[in-house]
Amino acid sequence: MKRLRAASDIGWWNRIACGLATAVVGSAAAVAAPVLDFDDARHLLSRTGFGATEAEVQAFVGLSREQAADRLLRGARSEAVTPPPASVERFESPRGLKRLDDDERKDFMRRQFLISVELRSWWLQEMLVTPSPLTERMTLFWHNHFVSGQEKVKSPVLMYRQNVLLRRYALGNFGKLLHEIARDPAMVVYLDSAQNRKAQPNENFAREVMELFTLGEGAYTERDVKEAARAFTGWSIEPEDGTFRYRRFQHDSGTKTVLGRSGNLDGDDVLDILLAQPRCAEFIVTKLWREFVSTEPDPREVKRIAEFFRLNRYDVRTALRLVLVSDAFYADANRAVLIKSPVELVVGTLRTFDVKTGDLAPFTFLTAALGQNLFSPPNVKGWPGGEAWINSTTLLQRKQFLERLFRGQDMRGTDGMMPRGGPRLAKGQGKMGGEGRQRFLQALSDIDFDADAWLASFGAAGATRIPQLVLAAAPVEPQAAGIGGLELIRDLTQDPVYQLK
Amino acid sequence: MGATVPETTPPRRHFLQSLGAATCSLLLAPAFAQVRPRAGYDNLLILVELKGGNDGLNTVVPYTDHNYYQLRPRIAIARDKVVQLDDRAGLHPSLAPLFPLWKARELAVIQGVGYPSPNLSHFRSIEIWDTASDSDETLTDGWLARAFAESPPPGSFAADGIVVGSAEAGPLEGVGPRVITLANTQQFLRQARLATPEGRSRNPALDHILKVEADIVQAARGLAADHEFKTEFPGGPFGNAVKTACQAIAGKDGVAAVKLSLNGFDTHSNQPATQERLLKELAEGLVALRAALMELDRWSSTLVLTYAEFGRRPKENQSSGTDHGTANVHFMLGGRVRGGLIGAAPRLDRLDGAGNVAFGVDFRSVYATVLEQWWGLPSRKILQARHPMLDVLKSV
Repeated sequence: MKRLRAASDIGWWNRIACGLATAVVGSAAAVAAPVLDFDDARHLLSRTGFGATEAEVQAFVGLSREQAADRLLRGARSEAVTPPPASVERFESPRGLKRLDDDERKDFMRRQFLISVELRSWWLQEMLVTPSPLTERMTLFWHNHFVSGQEKVKSPVLMYRQNVLLRRYALGNFGKLLHEIARDPAMVVYLDSAQNRKAQPNENFAREVMELFTLGEGAYTERDVKEAARAFTGWSIEPEDGTFRYRRFQHDSGTKTVLGRSGNLDGDDVLDILLAQPRCAEFIVTKLWREFVSTEPDPREVKRIAEFFRLNRYDVRTALRLVLVSDAFYADANRAVLIKSPVELVVGTLRTFDVKTGDLAPFTFLTAALGQNLFSPPNVKGWPGGEAWINSTTLLQRKQFLERLFRGQDMRGTDGMMPRGGPRLAKGQGKMGGEGRQRFLQALSDIDFDADAWLASFGAAGATRIPQLVLAAAPVEPQAAGIGGLELIRDLTQDPVYQLK
Repeated sequence: MGATVPETTPPRRHFLQSLGAATCSLLLAPAFAQVRPRAGYDNLLILVELKGGNDGLNTVVPYTDHNYYQLRPRIAIARDKVVQLDDRAGLHPSLAPLFPLWKARELAVIQGVGYPSPNLSHFRSIEIWDTASDSDETLTDGWLARAFAESPPPGSFAADGIVVGSAEAGPLEGVGPRVITLANTQQFLRQARLATPEGRSRNPALDHILKVEADIVQAARGLAADHEFKTEFPGGPFGNAVKTACQAIAGKDGVAAVKLSLNGFDTHSNQPATQERLLKELAEGLVALRAALMELDRWSSTLVLTYAEFGRRPKENQSSGTDHGTANVHFMLGGRVRGGLIGAAPRLDRLDGAGNVAFGVDFRSVYATVLEQWWGLPSRKILQARHPMLDVLKSV
């Protein structure tokens, strides 16, 4: 397992360039319990978090795979450490929108927009400061699985409450999460459950719960969808306070047949029928594999882990632990093969380089410009991710963000009195109104990367250690000899490999 | 010479306040300038951004000013090391390759370039320079983007602007212009030689990113002539960027503006070695640029302009470096440039409360000169005000 690694290590590059040496790893692992070296520890943290500092990586060096996975999973939180913005405490019903006149409506929408920005900033902040990055990665994973979006829900408050739910179960029980999400008000609005009535069933939720949340296409029939939709009739929300409400008189209590099971099924019955399908566990494990290991799941491994997953009553920790200790997770062939999402790129960069920030509003516009607007996935399928993150526009924007961040030795005006500044991250400030713009400019001014301190923390080892920390594999463009300091950081972060994790 | 601002165009309110009347008249172009461009966008503009804020005082050294040596006991350039331009100003020794251009009067040195209420943040100040805004306003589009939106370059051009060696379009950023960005010059140059990229990996994600980079390069391929230059280009990132730019300029389809950049001028510590290296890269790059453009017979239709977010504090800091400052010196080069010193050297005996120099030339005067006299565009709308022009271009 141990691999030599240095900036000039040809072998290191060859693994990427020629895809050598993968088969050996499995047999070697069987002989002795492998211990994580720096590269392994870095790999684990960057795959399960948002970048990592050198100290964070070092804390995992020398652990066995099992110890490392346990440390991550045991320490995982189920609540945010960052207090939410006050604006998400009070629910404002969008129901009355139609009665408002144009000005009032505009006002309402503007307020909702500002709250959405606060909400996005809050989540980015949590990702940035949490001692449990895995929790946030999994919360994001479920956000992209049980998709809802602000555009349709039209209530940042409900989006926030859903986010709290996703975090509570981020590493908890998938079955319970599924039952909870089915009655989550944001979901009820997003997939039209509120319009699903006995007299006029709406199939939206019933279809997506099978296709996207549990089984995947091809594992059910149109008839199953229609029948399941009937089972969910009457699941609605209370428009005044935005809570779930079961409307008994809208519910169809006749006999339904879903996936071969018949009876007076209600929504919870249908969810249990779905959870009983082996296919469901495989569907989720496949998705976990794509998130954490590679874009090409190994069917045998997926089956093996899925079985444990189902037998352990869908305990997400169990499944994820098996993924994180697998040979495949650490295989050379699976290093540096995933593309960082915009949020991973941005938050990972801020964390890895210990960049100081104020209000994160500017970064919400940045990730949106890069294709990932939190709480607003493009559609019910979520962000397609992977290669779709990178096109000529977004790649240049990613590089531009990095270039701006590492422009100067420090970002401070040196006398402390001068306004400081941040990169021209995106052009979102225009939408935030006068007061918002001031906040935005202040936020830009609060961004601060102390290059000297960061570089100095590596001491003499920097020349080899920094590339190893910053990149998941050898850079495509080799550094010119003698390059150091900020120039080294710039070169490494501009390298195509920096986009990989 | 010796004219003043045309009466019909009130000068910027800050402008005259910060200038003595005497320097003012030396500085400004004739009221009804005979310098009119014949060629419009056939005249090429090349911007060179000195990222991080080059230290102008050690670039063009006031080698007879005892204040200079008092302010910089450790990092001052010794009098016997400077390349003397006149009896007061001398170039940093690394810029010696530019001296022949000075002699040929193709190099103008514009001193004291800045703006009122300077901002010392890298990002904010370069935004001000990029968008030609006032210090207290934010604009989204770059000044060249606005110019091209107002008056688009010919559609037959391969692009309105090319950004080489950086992902930051800066003055070209905006919705209007057709801009090609070549952040990765190494790949551009490599592909110019190789029909196919080297046998790639079995890493589809990396392949995808490399392919997107190649696509970006490909978008510029149309510009490239794979011209065989006799000029030898220096190595290093800036030399590569210059070479890439020259390849693009050699293409038959034309381009109105090119932006190059050289990074690393934020010299808070151990400035001398760093600046020596960077200025050498700059000088050698510019000399190669001139030679290559002469080969293409484009030197007389090319204007090269350096810029940066700010200059640096006159007083050196405790780490043999300099901190963020205000007004700065910039170069203008080209076959039609009227060489010499433009504007007054900053007064080191009159520093402001923060220890910075006052500016003498508003950077928007430089832009106005480019727009009006190089391209023949009315500048008032683009720059939101009329700025006096510099007398820096030869009449045709």
